[in-house]
Amino acid sequence: MAETIQSTTNSKTSGAAGQAEGSFVARFFRATEIDTRMLGMIGALLIIWVGFHILTGGLFLTPRNLWNLSVQTASVAVMATGMVLVIVTRNIDLSVGSILGFTGMVMGVLQARLLPELFGFNHPAIWIITLAGGIAIGALIGTLQGSIIAFLGVPSFIVTLGGLLIWRGATWFVTSGQTVAPMDVNFRLMGGGTEGSIGATWSWIVGIIACLAIIAAIINARRQRKRFSFPRRPIWAEYVLVALGCIVVLGAVSIANDYYWPIAIARRYAEANNIAWPEGGLLISQGIAIPVLMAIAVGIVMTFIATRLRFGRYVFAIGGNPEAAELAGIKTRWVTVKIFALMGVLCAIAAAISTARLNAATNAQGELDELYTIAAAVIGGTSLAGGMGSIAGAMLGALVMQSLQSGMVLLGIDSPFQRIVVGMVLVTAVWLDTVYRSRAK
Amino acid sequence: MTEQTTPLVEMKNISISFGGIHAVENASVDLFPGEVVALLGHNGAGKSTLIKILSGAYKRDNGDIMINGETVDIRNPRDAKKYGIETIYQTLAVADNVDAAANLYLGRELQTKWGTLDDVAMEASAREVMGRLNPNFKRFKEPVKALSGGQRQSVAIARAILFDARILIMDEPTAALGPQETAQVGDLIKQLKREGIGIFLISHDIHDVFDLADRVFVMKNGKVVGHARTGDVTKDEVLGMIILGKVPPGATPGPGAMKVV
Repeated sequence: MAETIQSTTNSKTSGAAGQAEGSFVARFFRATEIDTRMLGMIGALLIIWVGFHILTGGLFLTPRNLWNLSVQTASVAVMATGMVLVIVTRNIDLSVGSILGFTGMVMGVLQARLLPELFGFNHPAIWIITLAGGIAIGALIGTLQGSIIAFLGVPSFIVTLGGLLIWRGATWFVTSGQTVAPMDVNFRLMGGGTEGSIGATWSWIVGIIACLAIIAAIINARRQRKRFSFPRRPIWAEYVLVALGCIVVLGAVSIANDYYWPIAIARRYAEANNIAWPEGGLLISQGIAIPVLMAIAVGIVMTFIATRLRFGRYVFAIGGNPEAAELAGIKTRWVTVKIFALMGVLCAIAAAISTARLNAATNAQGELDELYTIAAAVIGGTSLAGGMGSIAGAMLGALVMQSLQSGMVLLGIDSPFQRIVVGMVLVTAVWLDTVYRSRAK
Repeated sequence: MTEQTTPLVEMKNISISFGGIHAVENASVDLFPGEVVALLGHNGAGKSTLIKILSGAYKRDNGDIMINGETVDIRNPRDAKKYGIETIYQTLAVADNVDAAANLYLGRELQTKWGTLDDVAMEASAREVMGRLNPNFKRFKEPVKALSGGQRQSVAIARAILFDARILIMDEPTAALGPQETAQVGDLIKQLKREGIGIFLISHDIHDVFDLADRVFVMKNGKVVGHARTGDVTKDEVLGMIILGKVPPGATPGPGAMKVV
């Protein structure tokens, strides 16, 4: 099995792949059923990473930068999972950044001003009530916008363009433009940082659980195919998939664990706990950040919804042929309302991550996020013509966008120029996608 | 075709208009179990509109629909399916981007005890139905978009059969098909008829349906010109009904019949 991986990487990297090797690569992809498109995206991501690593003189591929990258991606990645469903049904949501701002501001006021009066500061119930309240408001806004789109027939572009202005304006009204800070101590854990990470031990536990889940999923899929005597992957392909999955998961955990607490914080921690300051400094692993875990959990839940539930099937069927879906007896309008309500919920979760990370709720929170979210979904292979898209792709797209930005920051590129690059990348990505699709036909 | 007093479907004095234009005016048709009724007329004669009222895609302005002699209220496609009415549309109403099994069960997916989609079971029964219908069909994993017209048509027909349709509406069922596939659909219609299913065939081409049908209804300008048993009239006479609205002696005239001055 190890040999198989070895030989494939060889045949790919050598570049001098002969006829026999070429067909072997083709056979490898057919046997493992790895999506070549997804692989292309991962390839692009790796090129971006390695490119920035070289350009920045070795600053990019460090545990610290990758850890930060993962935290910075979380908020847009969460929203991108919902945007996939919106775009798949041939709609668009331009209001997500403003909904993020509004729900973030409401959550800020709840936890910093209203709830402490009831419970006292930093009461454990505060963050739960705050998050629940934010999610409820997000769902309400989404339901409202979705209902206007579905039942009043106003195009989603217009409804959410209105929403972009309305919810941004509403954000201002909550505090008359004042920034709300600081956030509740427990709530702040959702933003990552030293406190908001789970440490080495728990990170390994999460990693091992993920590996077991990968193995269980592959065994289950194989058993299902066997039950109805469908063609199965060759057994070596299953091993390769398990190995690849586990290497990626455990590799990511190990990188997260290689990023240690900053010295100042570690020293304070040592003093507080009466630990003698060791010679080489106190190395405490950050581990996986909580917002990253939240984004991964959202990604798993959304993938489940999109592929395993009727609702998800309907979303894709509506995207493929709205008339056929309607004629098949699907309540297409309700599906639309539900999609936008879900989008609102995800905006609220993203708002929790971003306000917690900033330790403040501001007027400008989430500005332009709608564009990054849409770009992430589209770069991740969601077709604006509807009917096609994947949650994992969109999250990867969010990572690509964030990698570009963070790399350019490391290079010291001015922010106007950053926008120019991001814009060009978006257009290029969609063009490549169009080429890919016309070839696929 | 058995002669019995209550028709399987009776549509009485149906009217519908779009923006002041009468697409269908005072039209009545009926269908008995195990009978194939062809609904003929030019493009824009109102036949598709009339039948879409039966399948729930449009809501009628006036008139009654009776199934087995009972007046029913069909307001959307779900209502129609409740009465065992399945429609195969001219435009091949399939969701292009999902596979055959997903299309067969669209709107009525099988679920596991956890409430998740039971894709494996759906695919297994899709393989069974498609095997009966079109043994050459092997491309279960691909989106329907990748299939040929005939294969897509067999997916659409399989979809109707899978849910034990009692009344099958086929809108230009062979328009997109080659000669061999057309013959296949013809065999299929005969088989369904033997099982006692009533079939409406809608076509603008008399040659497609004349030999399959037991009776023909002809529509022109939204009105029924007349109807006849295929044994009582010739193809040319039916053509006269379609083009001129002229009702031959073997046929029963309707409200749209040409007025003899």
